[in-house]
Amino acid sequence: MRSIIKSLVAATALAGTFAGTLATAPAFAETCPNKGGTLVTWLGQTPRHLNPAVQSGVVTGAPGAQLFATPLRYTDGWEAEPYLAESVTTSDDGLSVTIKLKDANFHDGKPITSEDVKFSVDTIKANHPFKTMFGPVESVETPDAKTAVLKLSQPHPALMLAMSSQLMAIIPKHIYGDGQDVKAHPQNSENVVGSGPFKLVEFKRDQHVILERNDDYFMDAPCVDRIVMRIIKDQSAAAIGLQNGELHMAPFMNTVRNIKRLEAADGINVTADGYAAIGALDWLAFNTKKGPLADKRVRQAIAYSVDKKFIKNAIMQGLAADARGPIHPGSPLADTSLPGYDLDLEKAASLLDEAGFPLTDGKRMELSINFGWPSIKPQAEYVKAALKKVGIEVTVKASPDFPTWAKTVSNHEFDMTMDTVFNWGDPVIGVHRTYSSDNIKKGVIWSNTQQYENVRVDELMAMAGKEADPEKRKALYKEFQQIVADELPVYWLNTLPYHTVYSDKVGNPVRGIWASSSPMDRVYLK
Amino acid sequence: MKYILPIANRIFYAVVLLMAVLVLNFSMMYLAPGDIADTIAQASGGATEEMMDQIRVDYGLDQPFIVQLFSYVAKVATFDLGYSFFYNQPVTTLIFEKLPATLLLVVTAQLLALVVGVLLGVFSARNPKGLASYVVTFVALFGYAAPVFWTGILLLIAFSLKVPLFPVAGMMDVTAEGWFAQTLSIARHMTLPTITLASIFLALYSRLCRASMLEVLGSDYIRTAKAKGLSEREVVLKHALKNSLSPVITLAGLQFSAVVSGAVLVEAVFSWPGLGTLALQSIIARDTPTILGILFFSALVVIVGNLLTDLALRLVDPRVGSKA
Repeated sequence: MRSIIKSLVAATALAGTFAGTLATAPAFAETCPNKGGTLVTWLGQTPRHLNPAVQSGVVTGAPGAQLFATPLRYTDGWEAEPYLAESVTTSDDGLSVTIKLKDANFHDGKPITSEDVKFSVDTIKANHPFKTMFGPVESVETPDAKTAVLKLSQPHPALMLAMSSQLMAIIPKHIYGDGQDVKAHPQNSENVVGSGPFKLVEFKRDQHVILERNDDYFMDAPCVDRIVMRIIKDQSAAAIGLQNGELHMAPFMNTVRNIKRLEAADGINVTADGYAAIGALDWLAFNTKKGPLADKRVRQAIAYSVDKKFIKNAIMQGLAADARGPIHPGSPLADTSLPGYDLDLEKAASLLDEAGFPLTDGKRMELSINFGWPSIKPQAEYVKAALKKVGIEVTVKASPDFPTWAKTVSNHEFDMTMDTVFNWGDPVIGVHRTYSSDNIKKGVIWSNTQQYENVRVDELMAMAGKEADPEKRKALYKEFQQIVADELPVYWLNTLPYHTVYSDKVGNPVRGIWASSSPMDRVYLK
Repeated sequence: MKYILPIANRIFYAVVLLMAVLVLNFSMMYLAPGDIADTIAQASGGATEEMMDQIRVDYGLDQPFIVQLFSYVAKVATFDLGYSFFYNQPVTTLIFEKLPATLLLVVTAQLLALVVGVLLGVFSARNPKGLASYVVTFVALFGYAAPVFWTGILLLIAFSLKVPLFPVAGMMDVTAEGWFAQTLSIARHMTLPTITLASIFLALYSRLCRASMLEVLGSDYIRTAKAKGLSEREVVLKHALKNSLSPVITLAGLQFSAVVSGAVLVEAVFSWPGLGTLALQSIIARDTPTILGILFFSALVVIVGNLLTDLALRLVDPRVGSKA
């Protein structure tokens, strides 16, 4: 028994299983300074349904994390805390992970058993798009009603993060295991049965999700009586709603103009905290198999020509953080010593000369850039202007909508594209997919659409994925980050300016690393 | 027979039109790059090859175009609009969930535009060279020229933020209980979207009404009426207005489809939970059954709207019926 996560010793014990985290657990008020009231929050889109076991994404995640509990939850400092689990124990060889469950009930009053854990893991494995999350989990054994043992084919440190937030919702077998297709189960949208801090009252597409306090919750009772998640698709309208008091809180706001305006408004606060595990990065991706971009020096020259400071200060108005590598700077695994490719047009010019693209008639080459959604159009336009200075003529190609763009990029019919990709906590879940050569999958968006291949990088990712020792793991990821930051299959520009906007009335607005995909049991209204 | 034949004729054309709507839109959706597997991947933050293939098999997207088209049309012929790819719900459920909200918005906006437009038209025709007439023209044209999403956001800033009279989004407060509170809440929520949508059509109706009023006011029988000693008020409202309404009503009928499509934008700005919001989402999501279902219903709404216009015309102008 090498590591046990158990209530207060959780933090130290976890450091033994998962990435070395040095921060101490922040002191969260475990009691509610004030009880009751209806918290009104914002959802920017209508979720397909509310069952996170079979629907990934942060839109389902927000209500999903209130309705369904997971074995673990995370603090701001990336430390696991027991949630639905009483304890999580990893065996010495790292090949079996034992989850002991707390005494807890589902919303319908039935107790949560190890059978539900097994059913949930099997369901997620079969239906969730993040195959690597539970990839090495071969089977789940249930020696008794409160004990589930996950049998692994290799040590799998990413499992710890995969057991938190919306990623491992424990769903009741007696409801969702009734033989219907879980993906299309009617109780994904109505009469949802989970075990989280809130129960579903009503889900009306394009209008709202209404949740009420679960009085039978297995932890301290949630502070607010109700949460109304209003679905408002226009972010400017939502911003006005925050200002006139119709909304108390809005996670995942990312239009900088609105955030700036709200930041200046009375009684309203904004914070960028809480998005580290979501780990959203804006980047400029290169088709590494096409034309001049196949040459690393050309990609580096482009990086030297694009002024990230301009993007950060002018386009992002100072609201986004610098991103230098594939791992979000908020993650403990991020390498902070990576090269920043600060603006250097001379270096860019000499790299392009070296690569065999001399300046003739003021021009070296022609490339195109596209983007998948309007909010990253300014960056694409900027790249065009920036590259003109080094003699690269760029055509900006707009796509009418996401699927059109996704088709172009996933079929490798592009030169450069602006994209936003999420880390999803552990690199195994959201980072490997972009750089792994066996994930070059035509037609699949957010696979290795750059067609980047490096044997050493593949090796490093494979080793880091199963390295149980946090220091060794960090070192492997460091080497990985240094190689890709040198070869630049993508050029990371900045973190997405995700902010949580909340009124003075809201206490404890942000907790943990998963933003609104965290249980809101400690959020209160003053 | 006088009424049945034209109606039977109209129903025949309506069926042909609906078929054309289905086939054309199905083809367009088929030709659009990307499909539901891509948008499910988007909503999920990623996908695997196997999952995307499975989605295509589940929804029959791996079949050839003709097979897909025929199986869809055959289903619609039995009044089955199928299941939404994106929401896994019957399309009819989704549509009937949203249709009332859209009808409420569209019909109210159309009526508002008509009534106010006609009033403004009459008002400015009375004194076509007066200052008031120019003000009316300016305001109306401004509403017509400004993009609806811009008008909408401006109204939001003015009347939700600066003077917080109306809510920013949605259709009803979740806290409203009882029919009275709910009706009031809906009325408050629909004020700004209705004004926004009506503002585009107001200009058309007021301009047309003004022009046709001016024409009528210059005709012989108006002079006769005036010579008889009727009051100005009676001449304008009883004699002139009724005759100048025909072109306005005709235009209103023709514009009904434009009002429905205008609703798409207005609903997006105000998060009005209607068909427009659903339509936009379904197009982006490549949710073919839903988008086709919505277009089918929109076509129905427009056809019914045109029929009603026809009836209204017959009421105002008896000559219309006799021609048929």
